[in-house]
Amino acid sequence: MEALRTVKYEEELDPGFAIEVAALPGGEHLWDCIQCGTCSATCPVSLYMDRTPRQIIGLVRAGFRDEVLRSRSIWICTSCYACTVECPARVPITDVMFALKRLAMEDDRYHRSLIPRIEKAFVRMVNANGRLTESRMGMKIALQTRLAGSASLLRVAWRLFRRGRLRPFHTERMRHPKALQTVLRAVKAGPKAREGAV
Amino acid sequence: MSGEYLYYPGCSLKGAGAPYEQSLLAVFEKLGLRLVEIEDWNCCGATAYLSVDADTAVALAARNLALAERTEGQDIVAPCSGCFLSLTKAKRSMEASPELRARVTSALRQTSLAYRGTARIRHPLEVLMTDLGPAEIRKRVVRPLKNLRLAPYYGCAILRPFEEVDDAHTPTILEELLRTTAATPVDYPYKSRCCGGMLTSGVPGIGLRLVEILLDAALEAKADALVTTCPLCQYNLEVFQDRLGKARLPIVYFTQVLGLALGLSEKSAGLDRLLWRLPLAPEVPA
Amino acid sequence: MTDPPRIGVYVCDCGFNILGTVDVPEVVRYAATLEGVVAAREYKFMCSDPGQELIKKDVRELGLNRIVVASCSPWLHERTFRKTTADAGLNPFLFHMVNIREGVSWVTADKAAATEKAKALIRGGVRRVALQEPLEVRHEPVNPDVLVLGGGIAGIHAALTLANAGKKVILVEREPSIGGNMARFDKTFPTLDCSSCILTPKMTAVKDHPNITLYTHSEVVQVDGYVGNFEVTVERKPRYVREDLCNGCLECIEACVYRDRRFANAFDLGLAKRKPIYVPFPQSVPLKPVIDSHDCLYLKLGKCKQTCVDACPRDAIDLTMTPQRLTVQVGTIIVATGFKTFDARRKPQYGYGVLPNVVTALEAERLLSPTGPTEGVPRLKDGSVPQSVGIIHCVGSRDTNTNAYCSKVCCMYSLKLAHLVKERTGAEVYNFYIDMRTPGKGYEEFYKKLLEEGAHLIRGRVAEVTNAPLSKGERGKIVIRVEDTLAGFVRRIPVDMVVLSVGMEPQADAPEVRRMLTLSCGSEGFFTELHPKLAPVSTATDGIFIAGACQGPKDIPDSVAQAGAAAAEALALIDRGSVEVQPYAAVVEESLCSGCQMCLGLCPYGAIEFDREKKVARITEVKCKGCGVCVVGCPSAAIDQRHFRTKVLLEEIAGVLA
Repeated sequence: MEALRTVKYEEELDPGFAIEVAALPGGEHLWDCIQCGTCSATCPVSLYMDRTPRQIIGLVRAGFRDEVLRSRSIWICTSCYACTVECPARVPITDVMFALKRLAMEDDRYHRSLIPRIEKAFVRMVNANGRLTESRMGMKIALQTRLAGSASLLRVAWRLFRRGRLRPFHTERMRHPKALQTVLRAVKAGPKAREGAV
Repeated sequence: MSGEYLYYPGCSLKGAGAPYEQSLLAVFEKLGLRLVEIEDWNCCGATAYLSVDADTAVALAARNLALAERTEGQDIVAPCSGCFLSLTKAKRSMEASPELRARVTSALRQTSLAYRGTARIRHPLEVLMTDLGPAEIRKRVVRPLKNLRLAPYYGCAILRPFEEVDDAHTPTILEELLRTTAATPVDYPYKSRCCGGMLTSGVPGIGLRLVEILLDAALEAKADALVTTCPLCQYNLEVFQDRLGKARLPIVYFTQVLGLALGLSEKSAGLDRLLWRLPLAPEVPA
Repeated sequence: MTDPPRIGVYVCDCGFNILGTVDVPEVVRYAATLEGVVAAREYKFMCSDPGQELIKKDVRELGLNRIVVASCSPWLHERTFRKTTADAGLNPFLFHMVNIREGVSWVTADKAAATEKAKALIRGGVRRVALQEPLEVRHEPVNPDVLVLGGGIAGIHAALTLANAGKKVILVEREPSIGGNMARFDKTFPTLDCSSCILTPKMTAVKDHPNITLYTHSEVVQVDGYVGNFEVTVERKPRYVREDLCNGCLECIEACVYRDRRFANAFDLGLAKRKPIYVPFPQSVPLKPVIDSHDCLYLKLGKCKQTCVDACPRDAIDLTMTPQRLTVQVGTIIVATGFKTFDARRKPQYGYGVLPNVVTALEAERLLSPTGPTEGVPRLKDGSVPQSVGIIHCVGSRDTNTNAYCSKVCCMYSLKLAHLVKERTGAEVYNFYIDMRTPGKGYEEFYKKLLEEGAHLIRGRVAEVTNAPLSKGERGKIVIRVEDTLAGFVRRIPVDMVVLSVGMEPQADAPEVRRMLTLSCGSEGFFTELHPKLAPVSTATDGIFIAGACQGPKDIPDSVAQAGAAAAEALALIDRGSVEVQPYAAVVEESLCSGCQMCLGLCPYGAIEFDREKKVARITEVKCKGCGVCVVGCPSAAIDQRHFRTKVLLEEIAGVLA
């Protein structure tokens, strides 16, 4: 039997991590969490997570940066906001999840899966065209997963195509994507807002 | 209240959600309300952009708000619940952080757009029930959808976290709309439980299970169809039914139901563009 | 006072509290240079005996006739030093206190600034004290009778304590019987005493006590006056049964034209029914029926055979009764109006009022009570006995969306309910909590008892109570979805019945009661005590005391303790015989008064009247609290306030700014 040692030494933790996460709007309520577990109990997908939402908040506060940013939980969150509505301490859990996804991608040591790939592809497509072409996105995803070749999927794709809901050769694009790109570039160029967006 | 609105379709309504756009425009026209598509709008960012970059995501959404503000006094109608929430979050972020607002505003000015923070973002369900009202809608119903059992599905974004369209725990607005058409809203336990969002594509093992829970509940409640307010919910609940081996349950947009009741044909309401047909009684003379 | 002022200034080190920031020796040196100052001294603790002795010695030996002490807040020690001054032979109002602690050394670390400010304040104080006049404290007699508002356990205990001390008590209770919420409970924690068994002897004692006048089915509607002399108006709601004639045989109830009970009984929280004529519970005090005018056929529609009237052997039923008002004079008032429970409908996630077999803890008490609707064995709506029960802690509490505070008693009563339910039904019991709070005497032992009895104690706040099954075992059950935070899993637990441990809240009419008595309340609505540590039953309104759950959530031992404390405070006042009225009253200089009457509306205490003959305003000294509003508001500067004369205050300000 393998020896699996799980003690955590203080020097491995990152006390600045909690402060970084708490910088988002409403983030000061992170300190109010009483670990009641209502978020995990209300979350429709917490049962699939390696760390429940409550655990994530507790780990963030204690400075377990690695564990949090490498977890699968943050990618499983669908941002349905059920936890945020139920939380008795006003912790903005869903927004914390968004912040953690961003930090994870910056850190580059996050759990590799389809979700972050989809999200990055989404951003690239929107940056280039100003809009998302759903069908193209769908095809990208299908090609990367086992869904490709699944008969059921092809049947659905065909039926959607027949009903004008899937146009494989059409690109949904702004007339003047530059009008958007200029704005995005200008925001990126400035210093990062101290209080970021949700 | 001029009966004129600025229309923000969002990327989905130009794709798989085309029947939503079709029925929305037809219904608004039938009711004498005007929808004018915002000039050269861009993607709202949905949840994906926010997962990658926060400030840019806000600017992305804010550009649409600034475009809308060029027409004074008209509200934005955002039919896709995801867009509705995305735009609302961007507006509120800028209200909460003057620093963020300043940066976004100055970036928008690079393309001669001004952002004042006055744009109002609304969902068509709320617009119809507030600006027109159930009594007025009922007056215009020419084809009462009697004996049609419809399960109202709110999804998450219009209720959470801001409760802008209705109360998050006991919403009733969709049922009230369905009642104006004489249809019977069906009670079942998961009216605002997550449909899976991106997980049906990203982690089907989880996403499909969420879809299954909703379909099972609606079928157990003997609903003839499930009524949605969001194109992603509609897609998720509709396209995986074969794969899940479920009895077919039509997933329709509330605008399609309303359109039928107001006298639109099935074709005009875009019902032939869904995968599963709505079981309708023979045409009742108007 | 015509003698030239001979002022003594005493600057206190207060240990290091002042000395640590203010250069006291320098301040003393400076004070000695001020006009009129004969002696300036430093001492470590002025309030101590030797400190006070310093003052007395100087008065004796140096002929001082004014004293200034520069130390802490007057709230703390003005009284102390006034007494010292009086003991030294001077009028106590020739003393002035300068605060150089709370206002100086405790609010800055800058020593230079602190020292300068201390000097300035003392300078102002010295100039003030030179102009102060001798005044006499007035004494008003205290009416020895006491009003107790509320007949729950706190009100009952306070009333009995005072009555046993020989005082006359008027106990006013708005329900038809005393007993309050405690009468509803089955057993009390941690001893599992039967609640009625320990309560009813006290209720009977109230009924039988010659010193207690009990007005049930009555409410206090107006309170006038001031400490020692309150005039209270009590409205007696019509019972339609003459208490002086009724002998409690209850034949009238039997004879009522309604054969069966069909109206919700409030005492049983609607779980049991009663007739229009009823007694709330079998041990009611007084054991006399009351008729509900909304339910009684005769009182509602004017048409009834009045079989109750015929059945009464004493002709005690009088359907023509109307509300009666009477006034009582008392010297002190004890407010013990109790609590209500959180309305569980505000948490739709828990299904109260929608799902069958979801009850509140108070309803569970009725279901467990031998006099309750199910005779002590909790039953489901279909009459069967539950095999599994979930008890959810913290309903409505510790939640910024409803009540942010912890309601203190719910963990203990939830454990108690777990024990009782298990005992009566043999059901599996699950308690869902955030933290287990069992701090009182014997409470930890009680917690241990429950652990040993096999109750499933799960640490997790319940997100949802639903009847939508997701597995075979859940069909027909109510399912609780919770994260078992200790085990580390999200769990779905099917049960037959759910008990919601609702928190305590102030009564719905607490704001009205508060206004009537001029009491303050906190953000949650509970009445505020004068000092959270040192004066827990007094209020900012002299002569009015609070006790029990109306002051905040608490259990029976604490309610009784507070009731005793309130009674003791009242007794202290009563036995002293008189209250000191500070001579700070404002006085109208009639020659300057123009009769504009502006001051009348400004006075928050209604202390000013208009003399229509002389056409001047007149202040009733006993009602004046010396707030100074009328002084400032008078456009003719015709009002001045003793000990705070405009001239004196201006001199003080000039001194500070000099």
